[in-house]
Parts: sequence; C-alpha cells; structure tokens
Amino acid sequence: MAWNLRLYVAGQTPKSIRAFANLKAMCEEHLKGRYRIELIDLRENPQLARGDQIVAVPTLVRRLPQPLRTVIGDLSNSVRLLVGLDLRKVD
Amino acid sequence: MAQKKKTRQPSSKTLPKASTGIQGLDEITGGGLPRGRPTLVSGGAGSGKTLFGLEFLVRGATQFGEPGVFMSFEESILDLTKNVASLGFDLDRLVAEKKLFVDHVSITRSEFGETGEYDLEGLFIRIADAIQRVGARRVVLDTLEALFGELPNPGIVRSEIRRLFTWLKQKELTTVITAERDQPDKLTRHGIEEFVSDCVILLDHRIREEISTRRLRIVKYRGSTHGTNEYPFLIDDQGISVLPISSLGLNHEAPAERVSSGIARLDGMLGGKGFYRGSSILASGTAGTGKTTIAACFVDAACRRGDRSLFFAFEESPQQILRNMRSIGIDLEPWVRKGLLQFHAARPTYGGIEQVLLLTHKRITSFQPSVVVVDPVTNLLMVSTQNEVRSMLTRLVDFLKTQGITTIFTSLTAAGALEASEADVSSLMDTWLLLKNIEVGGERNRALYVLKSRGMKHSNQIREFVLTDDGLRLLDVYLGAEGVLTGSARMSQEMREKAVVTFRLQELETRRRELERKRQTFEARMVMLRAEFEAEEEIIQQTISESELLGQEVVQDRGQMVLSRQADSSSYKKEGRSKVAPVR
Repeated sequence: MAWNLRLYVAGQTPKSIRAFANLKAMCEEHLKGRYRIELIDLRENPQLARGDQIVAVPTLVRRLPQPLRTVIGDLSNSVRLLVGLDLRKVD
Repeated sequence: MAQKKKTRQPSSKTLPKASTGIQGLDEITGGGLPRGRPTLVSGGAGSGKTLFGLEFLVRGATQFGEPGVFMSFEESILDLTKNVASLGFDLDRLVAEKKLFVDHVSITRSEFGETGEYDLEGLFIRIADAIQRVGARRVVLDTLEALFGELPNPGIVRSEIRRLFTWLKQKELTTVITAERDQPDKLTRHGIEEFVSDCVILLDHRIREEISTRRLRIVKYRGSTHGTNEYPFLIDDQGISVLPISSLGLNHEAPAERVSSGIARLDGMLGGKGFYRGSSILASGTAGTGKTTIAACFVDAACRRGDRSLFFAFEESPQQILRNMRSIGIDLEPWVRKGLLQFHAARPTYGGIEQVLLLTHKRITSFQPSVVVVDPVTNLLMVSTQNEVRSMLTRLVDFLKTQGITTIFTSLTAAGALEASEADVSSLMDTWLLLKNIEVGGERNRALYVLKSRGMKHSNQIREFVLTDDGLRLLDVYLGAEGVLTGSARMSQEMREKAVVTFRLQELETRRRELERKRQTFEARMVMLRAEFEAEEEIIQQTISESELLGQEVVQDRGQMVLSRQADSSSYKKEGRSKVAPVR
C-alpha cells in the first residue's frame, strides 16, 4: 500500500527543515519503499493552504491511505508522530 | 484608494478613523474604529458579533471603497452567506466583484498532542493571500479564540496571536477581532484583550422581564473620546443600528417660525400664532380628555400645509384613529392616501424600550416628517421603568429637535395626579397643554389650558373644549363660586346672567319712567302755582292802584275844600299833605 504524505511548510525555516528531516527518517524506518513525500511551501503557493485547511506549519497531511490524518509540529516527537499517522497499528 | 468619511473632523485629526457605516456607531466613536489598528468586539453567544464584523466589511466595501477579508473560524461560508442574506447583504455578489474575500478556517482538533514546535505561519499566509486578492483594507477575524480549542499548546497559540496582531498593525489593516465572553468579569475566554490595546467594544444581549434588549458599550478607545454609556442597538433587515442620541447634546437650532396647532382658538392662546416649529409639545390628561384629538387636529393642519406627518400609535390601530377622528369631522384618510401621513402602530410591549426608540428613530429617518405624534408616551412605561422612559424620551426629544421636527407627545395621567406624575417628563417639553375633566352638576366636561409654553406669551385661561361633528372648539368657561363652570352648568350660568341683565334693564326702565312722572307732576304743580300767584298778583295790583286813585281824590277834595273855605294859610296846606302820606 502506497503512502502519500504531504508536508506543508512556510519557507526554509529551521522548523521546516527539521520537520522534513524527521519525516524522512521516520518514513525510511517504517515505510521504506512505500511512501511518497510532497513538500509544499506555502510561501510559493499560498492558495494551497485553504485546500487542506492549513493554519499551523509545519503540518503533515496523510492523504493516502484514507482516511485523511493531520499532524502538526516539527515532528520531533516520534512516538506522537507514529500515533498521529496511525502507524503503530500497521506494524 | 480608500476615502475616509469623517463624521467629526476634530477627533479624526488626532487619530485616523475608519467609518464603520453602522448606523449610530460612528457617532459614538467620533468617526469609527481606529484606522489601521485592531479592535476587539466581545460579547456572549448570540450578541451579534459576527454580524457586527460582517456589516463592518460590507459597508466598508460598498460605502467607503475599502475591500475586506472575513476570516471565519466558526461558521462555514455557506452558513454565513445565508445568515446575512436576511439582512440584505449579498456576500456572493461582493465576493464576485472582488470587494470581499471570505475564508473559512476549519480545523478539527487532532487526536494527538503536539509533535513538536509549530507556528501559525499557515494562517498568516492565508490571511495575507486573501488580503492581496482583493486589496483589502479591512479584516475581520471571527472568533479567533477558536484556535485555542483546536490547536495543542495554548502557549504557542497565544504568542502567535500576539504576533498576528503586530503583523496586522504593521500592514495597517483596520481589523475587527471578535471574542466570546462567557464570564461577566472577563472580556474574552482566553484573555486576548491584552493584545488589543486600541479599542474594545462590548456587545450584550440581555433579557429582563421577558423583554430582550441588545446593548453596546465602548470599554476603551485609546487616544479618542467616546461615549461611555451603554447604547441600545437593534438588528433588523438593515443590519445593526445603534442609538447614539444621548451623545447629540443640546446644540439644536431654535427656529422662530410658528406652526398652527390646527385649532384657531388654541393658536390664540399661544400668543396668537401656535407652536414653535421644532418644539416638543406635551398634551397630558386623564382618560378621554381628547389628547388624541388634539394631536389629530395638529396633524390635519400640518398635512394641509403640505408637511409630512408621522403618527406613532401605541394604543390604537390606524383604522381606529381614522374612524374616530372622522366622527368629529377630521378626515385624515386623504392625507394617508397622498402619502403625507404615515401611521406606525404597535404595542410597545412587542419589543423593549430600546426597540421602540430605535424603530421610532428609523421611521423618522426614513420618512423625514415635519410633524411627529407619539400617542401615548405613557404606554412605554408598561415595558420599562420611569427612569428608562425618561432617558429614552430625552434621547428622542433631542433627536427630534435636531431634525427640527415638531412633536406632540400625549400622556395619560391618573386622575388626581395631573401635574405631579408628569413632572419629570414635562421638563423636556416646550409646551404643555393640560386637558382635564371638570365634574360639575352631574356631568363631565373637557377643559384645556396651557400650563407652560416656553418663549411665548400664552393665555392663562381655562377654555372649555367641545368636540362637535365638525371639529373641535374651544369656548370660554364661566368662573363661579364653585370654580370653573362648563357644559350645562355653563349654559345655565349663561342663561342666569342673561336673566339678570334683563331684570336690570327692566328696573332701569321703571326708574326712568318714575322720574319722568315726577318731572311731570312737578311741572304741573309749577304751572298751578304760577297761575295762583299770577291771580293773586293781579288782585293785589288792582287793590294798589285802586288805593292810589282813592288817595289822590281825597287830596283833591281837601284842596278844593280849602279853596272853597279859604280858611288856612299855605303852611297848613303842607302839613295837611304830609299827614295824608303815611296812609298810603
């Protein structure tokens, strides 16, 4: 099953760089070969913020598998990230 | 770009203000909300916060050329559009015309806690994008505090909101932030008022004695004077209207022009010319003394002059008033048909006193009458306390005076307390007509007098007030030993007086005749006396002349005797003569 993850950030801030790194590490560990990360910089595409109801950044949206799940923050708490993405059950 | 509509020049010089376009609010705030700064609008559930924000934007976009952005944190766009459509705001059209941008920020609380640091840059970007799309000058954040409920870590939300306000200020956006107030001692649930230091407006919706009233208060307005009272406001099909009347002050014009009361004799009592235009007149009296009739006469006269009249009937329906007035020969119906006369009939109990005041205010503003009747003002007491009624009337009177509208207030007073119960209302009135029933000889009759009339000579007389088939007439009353006489007592007094006069005239005639008779008697006697006298005189004269004749003859005879005797000397002759003389 392919995972489609979308990470919303606002510019190259330490927080967004950290979030991307944390996400990447998590995916490599748990979803190796089954994931795709879409990085969206709202500074470049501000209109996209409305579509997924983005308020906070960084925000991670699990688009696939359904249902949609959302996690906010720089994803530094890996336990909460796994709970948030509902990855614990998968394992 | 945006053009400012300034209602008051001096205050807008010190602090730039953005007109809200909300009826009355700009007057209280001295020109509007602080331009380029955030304003907090706080209130309980259903107090009209969202509508306040939307109206601020819609008016800004349509009246002041300032596009706006509405960020809704609670209601969906569809709900918003539907809700304000009933108020005559077409959000879809404004959005299509790029005058308004509406965004619904809907975030459902995630089941997880925080996964590390975050910020609200996403929201900032959304707002910035929306602003840029329409070139907005105004922003409304409708219940921003909802973010606290949806996002973890309130500390971050707090500091981000603070940053948001700073950012909005930097962009010089006139912003309205609404907040829910759930505790009476706090303005907002999460204390965000500490970030908004410029202007805080409190909306309130309370129910007292089953009547709801909405009120608005400006808690603070930095760098600007503002009305500090609680102002009643109304939400109706034209949005919000706040009643700022008490801020109008006492600087209205005082026209010297006079208008007829519609009753010639009453005009006569009022210095011959009637009321002053723009003055307020109180017609008070007990039940059935003809208060409404006085008002109707005035309205009739106004319509005849071509003046527009507005009749607030708080007790009778328009049809009832029309019928009743027709019965005494005052036909108001043609004026209604011509559009010169409008009735507004409603029981004041329908809404609160503010509602009444606001409706009155709105009707007057839209109809622009020259003459207004409030019949009766005392009915308002049913819905409120004396104090509130007085404050409402003060506002209404001030408002009417600034508009130069002549107004008749009728007031029903309890019998026996004619002047006392009105004392507090009467000080607002320029002219006070008192109508009373006078009970004499087993009947009640109406009487009218002018208790006061500022700035004109007025009659101090009581007049009897008679309703006839063809209108209203004022008659002189009779003052008798038992007071004023009216009705039958007046008529009988009139007859009595007539009788007295007739009697006097007859008596005079008798005297005159007697005198004449005496004169005739006197003259007759005089004639008689004269005749007697003349008769006597004649006799006496005759006697005298006879005696003289006799004397002469004697002397002659003696002389002849002397001559014949030739006995005496000449001296004897002399003596003899002198002896004869005394006989005469």
